[in-house]
Parts: sequence; C-alpha cells; structure tokens
Amino acid sequence: MTEPLYRAEALTRRYRNGRTEVLALDAVDLSLDAGQRLGIVGESGSGKSTLVRLLAGLDRPTSGRVWFEGTEITGLPERRLGFLRAAVQMVFQDPRSSLNPRMNVGDIITEPLRSRLVRRQLPGGIDHARRLAEVLEAVDLPADSGTRYPHEFSGGQRQRIAIARALAPKPEVLIADEPVSALDVSVRAQVLNLLTDLVAAQGLTLIVVSHDLMVVRHLCDRLAVMRQGRIVEQGDTASVYGDPQTDYTKALLAAVPKIRIEG
Amino acid sequence: MKRAQLVIGLVLVGLVVVTAVVSIFWTPFDPVRVVPGQRLLGPGWPHLLGTDGFGIDIVSRLMVGARTVLFVGIISVGLAAVVGVPLGMLAGQAGGWVDEVVMRVADIVYAFPALLLAILLAAVFGGSTLTAMAAIGIASIPAFARVARAGSLQVIASDFVLAARASGTSRWAIAGRHVLPNLAPLVGVQASVGFALAILAEAALSYLGLATPRPNPTWGNMLRDAQELMWVAPLQALWPGLAIALAVLGFNLLGDGLRDYLDPRLREVS
Repeated sequence: MTEPLYRAEALTRRYRNGRTEVLALDAVDLSLDAGQRLGIVGESGSGKSTLVRLLAGLDRPTSGRVWFEGTEITGLPERRLGFLRAAVQMVFQDPRSSLNPRMNVGDIITEPLRSRLVRRQLPGGIDHARRLAEVLEAVDLPADSGTRYPHEFSGGQRQRIAIARALAPKPEVLIADEPVSALDVSVRAQVLNLLTDLVAAQGLTLIVVSHDLMVVRHLCDRLAVMRQGRIVEQGDTASVYGDPQTDYTKALLAAVPKIRIEG
Repeated sequence: MKRAQLVIGLVLVGLVVVTAVVSIFWTPFDPVRVVPGQRLLGPGWPHLLGTDGFGIDIVSRLMVGARTVLFVGIISVGLAAVVGVPLGMLAGQAGGWVDEVVMRVADIVYAFPALLLAILLAAVFGGSTLTAMAAIGIASIPAFARVARAGSLQVIASDFVLAARASGTSRWAIAGRHVLPNLAPLVGVQASVGFALAILAEAALSYLGLATPRPNPTWGNMLRDAQELMWVAPLQALWPGLAIALAVLGFNLLGDGLRDYLDPRLREVS
C-alpha cells in the first residue's frame, strides 16, 4: 500500500480565549491521496478552517500528527518546511484582505517565487516574468495586469489574482478556504469553473473548505462533513449525497435550496 | 469639510516651511544684531511688526524661529520614529516576552516627565537646541512604538500575511514588504501630531532657557523676552505666541486631516 499524500492522526487543536478554552478540532483522522479532490463542509465554527491551516503548516496542533508525502510536518521548524511551502498553496476567502493593497499584482503573484524556502525546492529556478505571464493567462487575466494594483480589479478578478499567486510556484496541492463565498453570486460560477479546469489541467490535489454544499459538490470527488471539531461522515461525494449516514448530514443536505432543472 | 481640515493644515504647515527656507537666504533685517536706538518700535514700516527690546526686527526673528522649530521638529520626530517604529514592529511581530519587555519599557519612558528629562539633559550637557531635540525625541518614542505595534498586529492578522507565510516568506520579508508599507500612513499621522507636540515642547523649553540659548531666536525665547516687557509693550508677546499657536494648529489639522483621508473605511465608500 502506498503512502497517502496527506495523513493526519488524532489531530486536536484547542484555543485559549481568556479563561474559556475552545476545542476547535477534536481528534481528527484524515487521509488524502494525490489527485483527490476533498471537500470539507460544515457550519461555521465546526473546525474546517482550523483543520486546513494545520494541514498547510500555518498553525501547530495541540496534539496529534500530520504527515505530508510520508514526512511528519508537525513539530518541524519553519526552515525545514520548504518542501511543504513549495508544494502546498492556499487561496483564501476574501481577496480584499488576502492581497496586500500596497503591492502591485506582479509582485503579489511572484511573491511565493521569491521565498528562499520555496526557491530551494525549485531546481533551476523559475523565471519570474515568464511565470507571471503564464499564470495570468491560466486564470484569464489581461497580460498587463502585473503593473496594476488590486483595487483596480473587481472581486472576481481579485480572486483570480489570488489563484494565480497560488499557482505560481507550481504546487501539487491547492487548499481553498471558502474560495467563492465572499464573491458576488454572478461571478461565483466563473471562479468555480476556473478552479475545476485548473485542477484538471495541472493534475492538482484539491482541498476545498466550504459551508456551501453546492460548491463542494461541483468541485470535489470526496467529502468530509465536520461538526463541532469532528469529522462526522466522509466518503465519495456521490455516495454521501445519495445516501447520507448521519442525521447531521441529512439535515445539511435538506437545508440546501433545491432548484431542479428538468431535462 | 474634512478636506478643508487637510487643506488648512497644509497651508499653515506650508507657510512655516516656506518662511523657514526663506530665512536661510534672506531676512528683512539682521536677526541678532542689537540696535540700541530702535528699541520697542511699534508695527509699521520698515519694521512690519516692530522691534523688540534690543531693537531687533521681530519679523526677522520670527522667520529664523520658524527654522529652529522645524529643525527641532524634524530631528526629534525623526529620532522618535526611527527608534520607535522598529521597536513597535518588533513587539507586535515577536509577541510573547519580547512584546512585554519592549512595551513596559515604553510605558516607563512615557511615564517619565519629558520636562524633567530636558532639565536633566540640560544640567549635564548645558541647555542647547541639541539637548532639547534629544529630550523631545526620546519622550516621543513610546507614542511611535505604540502606533507601530498596534498597526503591526492588525497587518499580521490579515490574510495576505497568512498567504505570504503559506509560501514560506520569511519574517523579515513580511516585515519589510507587508507590515512597514501598511504602517506608513499611521506613522505619517503620528509624525504630524508629534510635530505639533515638538513645537510646543521646544517653545516651552526655550521659554525656560533649557533649549536654544540667546541671541539665537526661537519663538520660545522671544516669549521669554516679551514677558519681561509685558506692561511696557504687550504686543511683543502676541507675535511669537501667535506663531506657535498657528504652527501647532497647522500640524494638528494636517494630522487629523491625513487620518481621515487615509482611513480605509472612509475610502472604501468613495
């Protein structure tokens, strides 16, 4: 049996908030193979974002372990996380806050390429200008976007900039935390389609966090349902949708507004 | 209306700056040469605001005073910013005990009376423009450190810093590329307000004879001279007082105007 791309064991994260302690993540086990597209759904506060931040090495678990490509990343110092930083990139919810308003788009997108940790992982290096042009084209933005600033772009375009930045270092894994929930409904479909195409074209492993089941159904082939810091159900998207096992999943599915188009 | 604040501030500050620059090359009369025959002339021609107790043209002295005030302001605010901003950034980004130590020391400096510091420095090194600048600068460091720390915390919590961390960007690069540029407007506002405080402090110290010594004119020591002649020539106190008030007002308005102008919440709407 081959080693999965990501493996998490008994992952627990507690936050101390003044005197009260919040258990954000409660002994979560997870395994993800390369090329899979995992959707993590659940209501706000269910621990979805905490989980992906631990997977991306942006936070440290209170207890439990995470392996990426067979190497344990929990407890590794930042300077030895280069392989993870180069291979895993994130797209955040709101591009108004995930793009530095004082940097131009070219600098924003090539920032991952300038990180010393990432550079060491990219044999031969990457030509920044050429890579910028490539990813701008990949996300369907004008070629002259590099010299402009984020505020000159619409919300949907800004999220494309964030996606372009994530693609720049040629990652293996893309983690998207609520990638469309801050966008206008009118551009959500475009951004979702873009993500679908990019993941297929570049053979990315995808992890999508969303409270919106439609988003996850659109993007993912595997589904994990979270509630109160635990994964309460997981499996193929189709089977979870078709035959939900827990009452909570049933309730979630029932809460999705149904619009059926016959034909 | 908010724009008016900024404009008035800019005009007043501009006036001080232009006056100071012109005074380097030209003043109507010699600002330090005593002319016994022309003491305490009233406003008129050629001495527009009259002469002081030494027969020196008041306009000329005010002009040179503007230069001193700007010089003291720039150096002391510069010192406070250059020391305070990196310390505040360090405290905000490092957190933990580093934050605790830096900010508690800042509290102690803040609690130490600036006037006492100026007197101490003057007692040790002799009162001069330099000791006044040092005292004002050191006393202003905590304000800059606090502003920089609060701003750093806000920037560090943003998603763009998280994105930078997710691609392995170092702390130094995050500080230089993300935190510092986003602090610039906050520091600019603080500098403007700090400038107003520096002008007041410099005037107070000169008035007490702890800063620039006579005969070099400053608005503060002009007030001191005028005080002795209060009953004979009350107008003498008016001019430097007015100059101080307008300059302080100017820098405060500029600071407030900048704050409103740069407030992202207000800008997002427009």
